[in-house]
Amino acid sequence: MDRMTLAALAALVAFSAPGKVFAGSEDVVVEQPWARASIGVSRPGAAYMTVLNKGEEAVTLTGLSTPLAKMLEIHRSSTTAEGLSTMAPAGEITISPGESVALEPGGLHAMLMRLQTAMIEGETFPLTLAFSDGGEVTVDVPILGIAARGPEG
Amino acid sequence: MRRRAVLKFGAAGVGAFGLTLAVGWWRADGPGALAPVGERPLPLSEMGFRLTDHEGQLVEPSDLIGQPSLVFFGFTYCPDVCPTTLSDISGWLDALAEDADRLNVVFITVDPERDTVDAMAEYVGYFHPAIRGWTGPEDQVAQAVEDFRATYEKVPAEVGGYTMNHTASVFLFDASGDFASTIDYHEPREYAVPKIRRAIEETSEGAT
Repeated sequence: MDRMTLAALAALVAFSAPGKVFAGSEDVVVEQPWARASIGVSRPGAAYMTVLNKGEEAVTLTGLSTPLAKMLEIHRSSTTAEGLSTMAPAGEITISPGESVALEPGGLHAMLMRLQTAMIEGETFPLTLAFSDGGEVTVDVPILGIAARGPEG
Repeated sequence: MRRRAVLKFGAAGVGAFGLTLAVGWWRADGPGALAPVGERPLPLSEMGFRLTDHEGQLVEPSDLIGQPSLVFFGFTYCPDVCPTTLSDISGWLDALAEDADRLNVVFITVDPERDTVDAMAEYVGYFHPAIRGWTGPEDQVAQAVEDFRATYEKVPAEVGGYTMNHTASVFLFDASGDFASTIDYHEPREYAVPKIRRAIEETSEGAT
C-alpha cells in the first residue's frame, strides 16, 4: 500500500464518525500518525501523531484504544534539571480551538502496553482517539522500522 | 616507544592545563555551575566495572581507551527515549560515515534483569552497527552508573512491572579516556556531529 492510499484510508476512517452531533471532536484531524516496530510482544510500543483541533471549541482527549494492545495511554517523557529522563502518564490532554498537540519522540507518545501481536514494519493498525464530548476519531497508523525518527522513516 | 612516551607526557601536560581552564569555565559559567566538579564522570581508566557486550565478550571501560567514545545509558523496554536516542546516534554515525569506525559507541543498560546479552544483541542489531550493547550483574551496572556520575531508579508501572528513570545524556570521552563533554540526546545533528568530529580529529592530530 502506498502512502497516498494510506492517507486516503486514514482520512476515510477519520470522517466516518457516526451521525451524531459532537461538541468539538468532529473537527479533530490527526496528521502524520506513525509507530515504531516492536521486537515481539514483551516490550511496550510507541505511536506518534499530530492532533489538530480545527473547530471552535476546546476538545479533550480522554483515551486511546487499538485492537493491537490491551492498554494504551498517553505518556510524557521528560528530562529533569539533573538530566534524568523520566516517563509518566500525561493524563487528559485539552486542545484549544485552532491549536494542535504533537506526539513526537522524546515528548508525548501513545504507549501501547500488553501488545496482543507484534508491531511489524510495513503493516498498519487502527488507533481510536476518544474525546470528552463522546466523539471518536480513528486513524490507520503505519508501522515504521524500530530506528525510525519520524513519519518519514 | 620513547617518542610515544614524550608525546603522552606532553599531551597530559596540555590536558592538565586545558582541564584547569575548563574546570574554571565549568565552575563559573558552564553547565557545571550548579553541580560540583565531582559530578563529572571519572576518566575511563579510573572506572572499576566489568560487563559483557552483546557478543558475549567481557568488557571493561579501559578497553575503550585509544579511540574517542560515546557512552550512554538506557534500557530496551523503554518505548520512547531509548529508541530515539539510539536512532539519533545512528544518524550521527551515518553523518560521520567511515569516521564512525574511529569511535567507540556503547549503550549500557540500566535494566540488566530484562536486558540479557541476547536481548541486547537483538536490540542493538536494529541500529547502527558501531553501537555496542553492554549488560551484566546488577552490582556492576550500579558501579558503572556511579563511575559515570549518572543516576537511575526503578519505578513501578501500572502495566509491565516497572520502568526505569535514567540519565539521558550521551557522554563523550577523548581517546585517552578523559571525559570531554555531554551531548544531549535529541541534540540536533548539526551540533552533535561537530562535537564528535572534533574528538576524532584531536585524536588523529595527537597521533602524528
